[in-house]
Amino acid sequence: MTGNKHTLVALVEDRPGVLNRMASLCRRRGFNIESIAVGHTETPRLSRMTIVVDGTNAMIEQLRKQLDKLVVTMKVSDITSDDMIARELALIKVKANSTTRSEIIQIVDIFRADIVDVAADSVTVEVTGDEEKVESLLSLLHGFGIKEMSRTGRIAMTRGSSSLLGGEKATPARRGLK
Amino acid sequence: MKMTGAQMMLDGLVKEGVEVTFGIQGGKVIPLFDTMPQYPQIHHVLTRHEQGAAHAAEGYARATGKVGVCIATSGPGATNLVTGIADAFLDSVPMVAITGQVNRPDIGKDAFQEVDITGITLPITKHNYLVLETASLPRIVREAFYLARTGRPGPVLIDVPGDVFMEQVEYHYPKEFDLPSYKPTLKGHPAQIKRAAKLINEAKEPVILAGRGIIVSGAYAELKELAEKAQIPIITTLLGISAIPESHILNYDMLGMHGMAYANLATDAADTIIAIGMRFDDRATAKISAFNPHARVVHIDIDPAEIGKNVKVDVPIVGDVKNVLTQLNKVVESNQHVDWIARLDDWRREHPGLDIRDSESVLPQYVVKLIYEVTKGKATIVTGVGQHQMWAAQHYHYDHPNSFITSGGLGTMGYGLPASIGAQMGRPKATVWCLDGDGSFQMTIQELATIQQERLPIKIAIFNNGFLGMVRQWQEMFFGKRYVATPLSGPDFVKVAEAYGIPGAMAKRKEDVVPAIEQAMKEPGPFLIDFRIEPEENVYPMVKLGGSLIELLEGEEIEKGVATP
Repeated sequence: MTGNKHTLVALVEDRPGVLNRMASLCRRRGFNIESIAVGHTETPRLSRMTIVVDGTNAMIEQLRKQLDKLVVTMKVSDITSDDMIARELALIKVKANSTTRSEIIQIVDIFRADIVDVAADSVTVEVTGDEEKVESLLSLLHGFGIKEMSRTGRIAMTRGSSSLLGGEKATPARRGLK
Repeated sequence: MKMTGAQMMLDGLVKEGVEVTFGIQGGKVIPLFDTMPQYPQIHHVLTRHEQGAAHAAEGYARATGKVGVCIATSGPGATNLVTGIADAFLDSVPMVAITGQVNRPDIGKDAFQEVDITGITLPITKHNYLVLETASLPRIVREAFYLARTGRPGPVLIDVPGDVFMEQVEYHYPKEFDLPSYKPTLKGHPAQIKRAAKLINEAKEPVILAGRGIIVSGAYAELKELAEKAQIPIITTLLGISAIPESHILNYDMLGMHGMAYANLATDAADTIIAIGMRFDDRATAKISAFNPHARVVHIDIDPAEIGKNVKVDVPIVGDVKNVLTQLNKVVESNQHVDWIARLDDWRREHPGLDIRDSESVLPQYVVKLIYEVTKGKATIVTGVGQHQMWAAQHYHYDHPNSFITSGGLGTMGYGLPASIGAQMGRPKATVWCLDGDGSFQMTIQELATIQQERLPIKIAIFNNGFLGMVRQWQEMFFGKRYVATPLSGPDFVKVAEAYGIPGAMAKRKEDVVPAIEQAMKEPGPFLIDFRIEPEENVYPMVKLGGSLIELLEGEEIEKGVATP
C-alpha cells in the first residue's frame, strides 16, 4: 500500500525508555520511521517528538491512536495537512581546496547557510530549512565531494497561536483517587 | 515509618485489595516471599511453572473482575511468565506481574539470571516499570493496579531489583498519583450517542455483536435492555459468550470461524451492525475484505485505537460499554423486527449446527452436552485451546454471566488447567470444570500438583483423541490428510491423576459418559475424566480456508456427501 509522508508530533513524558516505546510500537505495527527527532519542550517534564512516517491516511490514523494509547504519551497529532513549519538541520562536510572553496562559500551564501568549520581540505556547512532546501543545497555540493553528513530529521509545529495541547493546561494536573 | 521494598510491595498489594497471588520462588524474590508471613491477608498459591502462575492470575481475574497477581523471579522465571502476559494483553485481562531483577549495580552486566524483562514485555503489556528508586515503589504499585483495571484492562509488569526489595526507606502510601497522559474516556459523546440511536432506530435488519467488553464492564442488563427494547438479535464473539443468557429469545449464539451458520448468515445479511466491546478479530470476521457487505456499523469500545482498525465504522462511540449503553437506551426507540427475526429463525431451522449424530463411540459434542445437563448449566467452564474449546463454546449453554473462561486472542494451549485454578480460587463455591484436550492438557499438566496442594475441587474433563486435533482437522481438510506431527501418545491420565492423589475415571464408551460426570460431581474434591473420544471428529461448522463468514462447511452436509471439505 502506498501513501504519503506524514508528520506526527507527540508530547511525551520525559523519562527513560519513552523513545524505545514509541519506536518499538511503530516497528511492530509495521511502520517504517523515516525520521524521528526528540527534544525538550516549554514544559519541564515533557519531551516533544516529531516522527515522519509513510502511509495512507487510515494507516497513519491507526498508528496515531496506538501511539496515543501508550501511557507515556500526552498527545499525538498528525499535522500533515495543517499549515505547518517544518525544519531540519544538516551538517555537511564538503571537500574543498583553494580553488573550490570560494565557489562553495558562494553557494552557501545563496542558501543562507553557514560555514561552521574550515580545514585545509574541507569546509563544514550548517544549513537549516525544510527538506527541499537541504536537498537542493546537497545536490549542488555533491559535485565537490561530500565527506560526511549528519541530518537531524524533521521538527515541526503548526503556524498560528494554537499549541499541541490546545486549551488544556500544559502542566499535567494532579489527580487524586478515592 | 521505615519499610523495606518487600514490605512496601506487600503493603501496597493489601491496600489494593489483593487476597491471592500466584507464582514461584527464586533468588531475587526470596526477600519478597520472606516478608509474606507479615501479611497473612495474602494467600500465595505456589504453581509448578510460571506460565501456570500467569494463567492462574488470568483465570482469577476473569472469574472475579479483580486484578490477578503473579510473581516470578528474574531471568527464566520472568521469561516463563511471558506467554501468560501476552494472553492477558490480547484478551484485556487485568493483571499485575511482579518480577525480581538482579541488583541495581548488576543491571546490564549479564549477571546470573538477568534478563531485560521490561524490554521483552514492552509490546505485550499495557505498561511496565523497572523500579530503580526504592522510594518510588509505592507509587508504582498504585499506578500499576490503576492502569491494569481501568480503561481497557490489561497486564502491567513491575520489575524489582533484589536490592530494592531489601532496602529500607521512609514509607508513604501515596494518596494521589500523577498519570497526566492516561485518561480513558468513560462516557460516550452525546452527539455520537444521538447519531447511533438514529441509525439503530432506522435499522430494518440489525444485529448486535457482543464481545468481552460487556462482561468486563458488567453491562449485562444494559445489553439485554437494548436488545429487548429495539428487538435486535444478539450474536456473540467467542469471548462474548455468556454476555447474554443463551436461553434468551434474542440470543443467536457465536459467529466466526466455528460460529453457527445462522449467526454468520445474519451478520452477513444485516443492514446495521451494533458492535459492542468487541474488536473484529479475524476469527470472528473471517475474510475481512468480504466482511459486512451491506451494513452500517456502530462500534462501541473503550479503546479508541480499536475503532476503525479492522472494519470501517459509521458511528464510533468511545466509552465504557455500560455507560454508553445506559446513555443509548434512553434514546433508542422501542421497535419490532418481526420479519428479520423470522429470517434468523428460519436460518436456525435450516442450519441447526448443534445436532449430535448417533454413535456408539464417545462423541465430544455429546460429552459437552452431558456436562451441561449434569451441571444444570451452573458450572464455570474453563478450557484449553483446540477442538475441545470450540465444542465447549458450541455445545454448553451459558446461561450465567461470565461463565466461560477461555484463551481467545492468543489461543494459548495449556491455558485450561492453570486458568481453572485461578477461577476456582476466585469462586471457591462454584463448580469449576476444566475442559481440555490431551495435547493442551499436557502443556501444563504439572499444575495437577497445585490443585492437589491447594485442595481445589476442580473437575477435569480431557477430550482425548490422541491427536493435536485442531491441526489434524486442518491437515485432513487442507493438507491432503498428511498427519505430520499431530498423532500424540499420552500417558494414562487417570493414573497420572492418581499419582497426584486425584481420583479419576476413564470413559471409553457412550454409556460411560454420564456415570463418569456424575461421579465427578459427587466427589467433594478434584476429579479427572479421560474421555476417549472419536479420534478424527471434526469441528463444524467451519469457515473455508480464507473464506468469508458465509462460506461455511457444515457437518450435516459433509456427512450427506452434499459438500466436501
